[in-house]
Amino acid sequence: MIERLAIPICAALLLSACDDVSMTQQNRYRTFTRAALFDNGTEAQPLPDGVVAQGDLRRQSRSVQRPQVNAELLKRGRERYDIYCSPCHGLSGSGDGVVVQRGFPAPPSYHGSRLRAASAQHFFDVITNGHGVMFSYAARVDPSDRWGIVAYIRALQESQRANVADTPELRTRLP
Amino acid sequence: MTRNQPVPFSHEHHVGGLGLDCRYCHTSVEKARFAGLPPTETCMTCHSQLWTNAEMLAPVRASLARNTPIAWQRVNRLPDYVYFDHSIHVAKGVGCTTCHGPIDQMRLTRQAAPLTMQWCIDCHRSPQKALRPRDAVFDPKWSPPQNQEALGRKLMAEYHVRVDHLTDCSICHR
Repeated sequence: MIERLAIPICAALLLSACDDVSMTQQNRYRTFTRAALFDNGTEAQPLPDGVVAQGDLRRQSRSVQRPQVNAELLKRGRERYDIYCSPCHGLSGSGDGVVVQRGFPAPPSYHGSRLRAASAQHFFDVITNGHGVMFSYAARVDPSDRWGIVAYIRALQESQRANVADTPELRTRLP
Repeated sequence: MTRNQPVPFSHEHHVGGLGLDCRYCHTSVEKARFAGLPPTETCMTCHSQLWTNAEMLAPVRASLARNTPIAWQRVNRLPDYVYFDHSIHVAKGVGCTTCHGPIDQMRLTRQAAPLTMQWCIDCHRSPQKALRPRDAVFDPKWSPPQNQEALGRKLMAEYHVRVDHLTDCSICHR
């Protein structure tokens, strides 16, 4: 008797668990959803110590191998600079971005003698590790984009000392 | 409609007022399905120095101190049977405000589009009505020019947007 009832009872129990048959909410975790399964209550789990995530080594190699500086890299560098750096460093790199205007301590201008003499590696390392009150941007800016930003900072530095006479073809485009 | 959030985060202030780019916080929007919700560290990049004692930001400081994420309430919900990927939309010239509305004017974030199947399909049938140049995708002030229909068709060709497959079931249900 028990055996004969077991299957229907199990089936009934399983079915009663599915109160949503529309499949609107499925029994899986999506990005950043609450997850009772884990102690910290979220699907997003920090990596255990010592774990090397997929892609980490490739990412690391992009930190060491500097990309070739060309127009494409500079264009990408400008875009990333405008997104992540300009709020504090300003669009021209003078250290007068909108967040500084709201009271954030002003960063040094890129156009001073110390930072004009600083190595490309210095800028890369500051983006990666942060410096003073500046937080690390390692999680926000990919290593190859960091090199793009460094290249663009060099372009900004040049722009402040450029002679119009050196680039006659640009003269026509100046206001 | 807005939802009660642990912190009354204002896109109006951060985007409309300060002019921060969407990608400053939503870092994975160009490369993943999920646009990315910033870690507390991103908030504290500025708020370690600005509004450091504001009561409003107490949950942010507590989150950093206790290493516990801020539990934001999701505003835009899709049913689990819908596949949606931010990165492909951004790559093909669909702007943030096309779906998220005038986010730069929202003091509290609200859902701006109905997110119904009809609404998705309208655009998948006629993307030329919405497409914009890639460099305008993150511009919250962009509005369609008078020749949008022609511009949209030109961008469809340029970005290889093929309408004949955009309404396949498996595009959104996979």
